[in-house]
Order: sequence, then structure tokens, then C-alpha cells
Amino acid sequence: MPVHGEIWTIKELFVYPNENIVWSIQIVLYPYLTGLVAGAFVLSSLSHVFGKEELKPVTPFALVFSLALLLAAPLPLLFHLQQPQRNIHVLFTPHFTSAIAAFGVVFSVYAAIVASEVWFTYRQHIVESALSLRKAEGLPARLKGLLYRVLTLGSYDVSEKALKLDERVATVLAGVGIPVACFLHGYVGFIFGSVKANALWMTPLMPVIFIMSAVVSGIALCLFTYIVIMEIRVIFKRPSPWGPERGHPSAMPQRETDIQIIRIIAKYLVFFMILALSLELLDLVFHSYTAKKPYEILQTIIFDRFAFNIFGLQYGLGMALPFLLLLLPSLSIRRAFVASILILFGVFMMRWNVVIGGQAFSLTFSGYMNYQLPIIPHDLDTFKEGLAGFLLLLLLPFGLLWLFSRFLPLFPKKEKLSPLG
Amino acid sequence: MMNWSRRHFLKNSAKALAAAAVPAAAYELLTPEILAAVRKGKGPRWAWVIDATKCVGCGMCVQACKRENEIPWETTASRTWVERYVVTTDGRVLIDSPNAARDGYTKNNPMGEQVPAEQIAKGFFVPKVCNHCENPPCVQVCPVGASHVTDEGVVLVDRSWCIGCGYCLQACPFGTRFFHPVHKTAEKCTFCYHRITKGMNPACVDACAFGVRKWGDIRDPNSEVSRIVRTERVTVLKEEYGTKPHAFYIGLDRIVR
Ligand code: SF4
Ligand code: SF4
Repeated sequence: MPVHGEIWTIKELFVYPNENIVWSIQIVLYPYLTGLVAGAFVLSSLSHVFGKEELKPVTPFALVFSLALLLAAPLPLLFHLQQPQRNIHVLFTPHFTSAIAAFGVVFSVYAAIVASEVWFTYRQHIVESALSLRKAEGLPARLKGLLYRVLTLGSYDVSEKALKLDERVATVLAGVGIPVACFLHGYVGFIFGSVKANALWMTPLMPVIFIMSAVVSGIALCLFTYIVIMEIRVIFKRPSPWGPERGHPSAMPQRETDIQIIRIIAKYLVFFMILALSLELLDLVFHSYTAKKPYEILQTIIFDRFAFNIFGLQYGLGMALPFLLLLLPSLSIRRAFVASILILFGVFMMRWNVVIGGQAFSLTFSGYMNYQLPIIPHDLDTFKEGLAGFLLLLLLPFGLLWLFSRFLPLFPKKEKLSPLG
Repeated sequence: MMNWSRRHFLKNSAKALAAAAVPAAAYELLTPEILAAVRKGKGPRWAWVIDATKCVGCGMCVQACKRENEIPWETTASRTWVERYVVTTDGRVLIDSPNAARDGYTKNNPMGEQVPAEQIAKGFFVPKVCNHCENPPCVQVCPVGASHVTDEGVVLVDRSWCIGCGYCLQACPFGTRFFHPVHKTAEKCTFCYHRITKGMNPACVDACAFGVRKWGDIRDPNSEVSRIVRTERVTVLKEEYGTKPHAFYIGLDRIVR
């Protein structure tokens, strides 16, 4: 009768009998998703908080995406619990010396901030839709109208003054949200960085490293999705693929604007990539320079067993190559698209190398554990913590984004701009 | 007013000085272990003494533990286990603990390798348990308080409350924890809490024919464990993690993991 983790762990040399890789693919995904949440939110806030006017067109989109990612983010954690039905204990009996216990509080606060910012940003759209669908015919339209009416929360005031206030509140929320987003993700880094038993994880830099790579991945994801949606717009030749303007005569999409925004986003991306890379390298240099007791085995992980993962995939393919792609002059949409995919992959590999790499060596420092991702599920564990469960939760935010986009236009048309759009 | 407060201050300072002087003197007389023991007040503080020099690697303790605590027989994990260390004459170190030593070491095959007797420079066994640390990181990281410490210093898991996040498995530097294959909650050595609270020995202690495992109240100066800790050369595993382990070993080698 195998204990949890034994199915996908292959031990080598001397490993304690009870040791297994207990934090598997879902714990790789969890920091990845929270990172994307934080990154998307930071991108959406840049225009409010730092007055980055040029980013305004993507602000509502990044914000709604952040909400979609946010709703999906706790699920990997839930999937990995051995007693998922007890998850609520974390909220009811939080044991505050544990980094995970803060999850409930931080997460709820952050969710409240993002949800209210979405509401203030889209209030005008919600109210207008509610009003225009009031006398709608047919069940779907009536249901839609009902939903909009609920979403107004009873507030129909769209006077100049009220809209001004909306904008001010949204700006404040965006400002408050940035530190909270960083905290949400920084604390995920703390979960790992504070495990003193794990030589690879334990570094005070971990939270900062996580925040930086979070911002990188979040911006890259927005870039990626933005391009995808823009291309769909080109293909279908209508201003917004799923917006309420569906039936309207098409207008030629403006590719010019798109590439302008893409170039601006790319600049921010490069900036945060440099920060992320420097911190990660600092950590690496420190490990090897101080060469404490566990370094002997860490060395074999970093420079041998995970060398391809770390230097080939994470840094080479996921960092250096997209860096070049973004920096070479006259950036094209296609190049930005490839770069964003590579960056997303690179940050995912970083999470993988931290989570799986950190468990690839034994506490004995005399043995190794190799992880074999369950591909074909044959029981609950191998589904939840296998490829299937992983893909399910990875794609979920995109599904949610699609769902939200049916009610909240991601790229409002010029004349229909909400106060912030 | 002025006078009163100055006198008051002087009097209090004198008191504080006197109070500080007493423990300072005490530190010189008592070992840190004994001090740690008295620090927490009354009642027993259970601790292990494990005489590794006497262990023959028969695995009886592992069998007894598995039966007593209902850890499925075929499961490779175990609340207690015994490690085998073999150092060859050319300096190679071979360590293993197949099936947590449940079946005992009956063949000369460390890590599946036949080592001729004349090539063995030294060899020995080391039994492992939860150290019931004074500063247990496993308890610190539990998000719901399912891992907890009793007044006697025993570290336990509440099976009805554990959410199975595995954080404690990551936090313990000694690799003592695992998920129970049936209950799906964090599992570990409980010092046989259900037995010791009824005045019995932990199952492994009773099962060991060689008196390797001793346990007792480290706060009681007359107990065997506190006498050994006080008067003999003992050590603990992985002291550098600062968990203050309460399993004191006799006869550990520096290669022990
Ligand atoms: S040995 Fe491990 S499980 Fe036992 S108290 Fe110490 S840290 Fe916790
Ligand atoms: S696995 Fe259970 S006992 Fe361990 S930290 Fe999680 S909730 Fe606590």
C-alpha cells in the first residue's frame, strides 16, 4: 500500500524511508497561477497608479484577466490536499505561525479588492446594459438583463460626478492592490523560503524572487492573450469578438495601435525580466559562494540533474531568447507573440525547478528523488496530481476569461469607453 | 514624590539585579538540557535515549510499531526505522534502510551490494524516531493547528483536523513524517502516547531485546534518561536546524545522516 507520493517518486541511493515527493505538479501550478494574478494586476494598475497613459487600452482586460486567474488560483492547492473537504479549516482555525494560514486572509482581501475594482471600472457598462436590456425579448436576453441588474447592486447613477468618483475609487483600489498583490505572491515565496529543512528553498530572497518572476509572467500572459484576441478580431473583422456589439457592421481592426501597445508592454517586460534574473542569479551565486553543508548535493542538482531544466529551459529558452526577441529593433507582433510564450514557459520552468528541484534531493544529502508526472490517471491521486488535473486547472482561467468577456467587454470601443477604459 | 520614585527605582533595580544573579549562577551548574527541562515547569517532559552501539538491526522495533500503530505492513513508510551504515576499507559509505528495516538486516548486502567481510572498516545500525523537538518546525508550519505539542513535549497530529497539505512533511528535517495510506493525514511517531499515558512503555521499547531504546522524564533528575544525558557523552541529530531534538544518542558517528 503506497503512501502519498510514492507512485511518482523514484528513489536513488540513500533516502529516508518516509521521504517522497509530496508536493507535486499542483504545487508547481499554484505559485504559477498566483504569480500570473499578481502580474496581470500590476499591469492593470500601471496606468492608474503611475499614470502610464499608454497602457490604458489594456487596463480593463488585464484587470478582468486577473480576476479570472484569481478565482482559479486556490484550486491547485485544493487539488493537492489529502483532505480537500477540510480546506475550510484554514479559515476557521488558522494557525498563524504557518505561512499557509495567512492564505485565507490575504486571498480574501485581495479578491475583494480586484472584484470591486472590476465593478467600479465596468459600472457604467453594467448600468447601460441593464437599462438597454430592461425590455428585452427572449429568455437569454432577459437572463442577461437580470444578471446586469444584479451586478448594478442597485446603483444606477451614471452622472458625470458619479463616474468621476468611480474612477477615483478604482485608482485608489489599484494603488492599494499593488502592495497586496505583491504580498499575496511574496508570501507564496515565503511558504518555500521559510522551510529551513530544505536547502534549496531556504533563502530570504525567495519572496522577492517570486514577486519579480510573477510580474514577468503576468505581463507576458497579458501580452500573449492580448495578441490572441487581437488576431481573432482581425480574423472575424469585428471590433470586439464577444462584446455586445456582435451584430454591428465591422470596422477594420487597427493593427497600428496594437503593435504600439505591444511595444510598450514589451519594454516593461524587459525591465522586470532584468530584475528577476538578477535576483535569481544572486541567489545562485550565494549558494555556491557560501557553499554550506548541503551545497555538495545542491551542486549536483543545479549543475547536473537539473542543469538542462535550469540553464537550458528556464534561462536559455525562457529568458535569454525572449530577451533577445524583445530587444532586437522593430518588434513585430509575431516576435512578441513567440517571446511571450517563451517567457510564460520559462517562468513555469522556474516554478518547476524550485518545487520539484527542491524535492529532488533527500534530507539525508546522500540520495535523490526523481519525479515522474502521472500521465494517464488510474485513481484519484493520479488524476488530481497528474497531467489531467494540471491541464484542467491551467486552462480554467482562460475559460473564465471567456465567460467574463461575454458580460464585460475586454477592449471597449473608443466611443463606449468606461471612465477608465 | 521625587524622592519616593528614586528610592522605588533603586529598590527595584536591586531586586532585578538579585533576580538576574540567581539564574546566572544556576547556568554554571546545570547542563542546558536540564535547564530546558525545568524551564517549562512541572510534570514530565518525555525524551528518548538511544544507545546506537547496542543496536543489532533486527527490526523488531519496526515490526512492533507497525502492529501497535496500525501502519499497513506492506507500506514502506514507518513511524520508526533503522538505518544501516557500512564504511568500506577504501572509504566508501553505504547506507540503506530497505522497508524501514521491517524485516531486519539478515544479509550482508548494503545498498544491494555484496561487501566481503574483510573490506568492511566499520558498520553499525542507527534507529530513528521522531525527536519530539522542543522547537518543532512541523508544528510551526501547520496551517490549521492539527500538529501540536502536549505538555509533556510529545508532538502529535490530530487526524480529525489535518487537511493533508504536507507542509509539516516538508518542514521536518529528519524525514519522520509521511501520509498515512489509509487515513490520508500526516502520520508520525507519537511516543505511543496511548500507551505511555497509561503507564506503559512505547511498543518499540518493549520490543527491543537489547535495551537500545530508553525513554523517560528528562525533568526528573533521577530518571535513567536524565542521568545518562547528564553523565554520559550524548548527542542529537542535526542540531544545526535549531529544532532542539529530544532523542539523545549514544555512539553516533559523524557519517550518520
Ligand atoms: S523530529 Fe520532525 S516531526 Fe518530530 S518534532 Fe522534530 S520536526 Fe517535528
Ligand atoms: S499535513 Fe496536516 S498536520 Fe501536516 S501541516 Fe498539513 S494540516 Fe498540519
